[in-house]
Amino acid sequence: MLLTTLIFGLVLGGSYALIALGLSLQYGVARIMNLAYGEVLIASAFAAFVMFSAHGLNPVWSLLLLVPAGYVVSALLYQVMMRPLAARAGGTGGRLEVDSILATFGLLFVIQGVMLAVFGGNYHSYSFMSQGVDVLGRPVAANRLLAFALSVVIGAGLYLWLTRTRLGLSLRAVALSPGSAPLVGLDVNRVARMGFALGGALAVAGGVVISMYQTFSASYGVVFTMKALVIVIMGGVGNLMGALIAGLMLGLIETFVAVYLDPGLTMAATYALFLGVLLWRPQGLFGARAG
Amino acid sequence: MWLQAVIAGVVLAGLAAAPFFLQAYSIGLLVGVASAAVLATAWAMFSGPTRYVSLATAAFYGVGAYVAAAAADSMAWPFVLVLAGAIGAVMALVVGLSTLRLAGIYFVIFSFGLAELVRQLITWYEVNITGTLGRYLFVDLQPRHILWQLLALFAVTIALSAWVHRGRIGLALRVIGDDEAVAAHCGINLARTKLLLFVASGTIITLTGAIMSPLWVYIEPAIVFDPTVSFMTVIMALLGGANRLWGPTLGAVPMFLVFEWLGANFPNHSLILLGLLFIAVVFLLPNGVLAGIDDLRRRRARA
Repeated sequence: MLLTTLIFGLVLGGSYALIALGLSLQYGVARIMNLAYGEVLIASAFAAFVMFSAHGLNPVWSLLLLVPAGYVVSALLYQVMMRPLAARAGGTGGRLEVDSILATFGLLFVIQGVMLAVFGGNYHSYSFMSQGVDVLGRPVAANRLLAFALSVVIGAGLYLWLTRTRLGLSLRAVALSPGSAPLVGLDVNRVARMGFALGGALAVAGGVVISMYQTFSASYGVVFTMKALVIVIMGGVGNLMGALIAGLMLGLIETFVAVYLDPGLTMAATYALFLGVLLWRPQGLFGARAG
Repeated sequence: MWLQAVIAGVVLAGLAAAPFFLQAYSIGLLVGVASAAVLATAWAMFSGPTRYVSLATAAFYGVGAYVAAAAADSMAWPFVLVLAGAIGAVMALVVGLSTLRLAGIYFVIFSFGLAELVRQLITWYEVNITGTLGRYLFVDLQPRHILWQLLALFAVTIALSAWVHRGRIGLALRVIGDDEAVAAHCGINLARTKLLLFVASGTIITLTGAIMSPLWVYIEPAIVFDPTVSFMTVIMALLGGANRLWGPTLGAVPMFLVFEWLGANFPNHSLILLGLLFIAVVFLLPNGVLAGIDDLRRRRARA
């Protein structure tokens, strides 16, 4: 029981870490607080669902198709919707924050409305690789293991890309100080668009991964956005390693609460964790103390 | 100012007398508009000057409705309202105390999932402790009684809002909204000022939910914690202008009628259209219609 819970918790935590990484990029690099993030994720879960049940397409192939599409759509979204807001705010962070919160709050309802109109409000899931695999003597569905492996590969790949390449460096530079980035020849708008698009691609990846082993419905996006936000704050805004660790932690805590207390209390567990962090270390568990 | 108060009083009295001349459908519409105006004004009271976008309207509204449904059997209606208001105030106090000391973004995030959290908690409590999910609410209140309660609450809300706008506390809030560091240096007690207004706003929204609850008859968490309530409130206040006394009301009236029309004509796509409308308001009228008109007038005067 304990071991199974631990494995399930790690799987869920892996997906959460992946999801939070995307939100962290959007907020950290592009300074956009994207409240429609979870909706993008659910939309991609639905896309994977349709591809699997209507065309028999393996979710791993869907992932390869959907992630680039997510990148392009997010880049367009940034150019059309977020860029004018950033230009209007003219470098003052507070204005852009409020405007982006409001604009993406509207976007949330648009995407949710489309999904409700197409798929209705019911829960959806598909059965992919659901046979059990023996892990340390416990049967675990193969789809969960694949989901975890995918999260690790994508997360690690992104981490290496951000820390080891020149493009990754430029992203981190803009995240650290958008004001001084132009001084070293960085096009802040281009880098911010890249950060936002990359975040959107990660949301899409997270949606496909989640859809492999969880049920979801059109109105479930808010919950994922909320969890991703809590993880980002727990890890410290802009701290990628912190987000990874916090994501795994949230997955474990949630699974333990669901198994040993009640599945209806997972959101309460998320909030309790959030409250604890806010009261104890508002700069995040792994963030540096400000000032 | 007194002229405004007199005009408002006459209009409210006229609306209060309206149920004696109107059909049931029109009274229902009037109730909807009144509740929308109260919600938008109460929201703007806190979020307008401070620029702390609260996305938790549905949480307070739902709590009000649910408390009313749970308590209406065991006590007289006025006590139900007092109880709902008190619970709303405590909830706002808890939320405010834990987030308003920090940067605004934490408050927004906390408020974003609050309706879902409260919905899950109540569902869990009802399923595991009381064993009854969903309640019937039978109170002997006609739509016109609900309208009168709402008009009274609206009068109180506007009066409070006017007092906030003109008094020291309104000035303090506007300074906070412009620059928190400056506000702190002016000797404004940031946390207390924000908390006070948030509690007032939360209590009024909770009361609105309680007053509206008899219209549902059957109440369960999935029905009363409707995220579109948060959404509608924000868009109505923004449309009219969250920093003006009458702005939210001015936004609420046409917006509510648009909602009704969309809901009746495009039942499956109303959410999409509303979302697009919301985005349009954020882009085209960042400070509301009233400020937009002022801008236009100034530009014309210059030309």
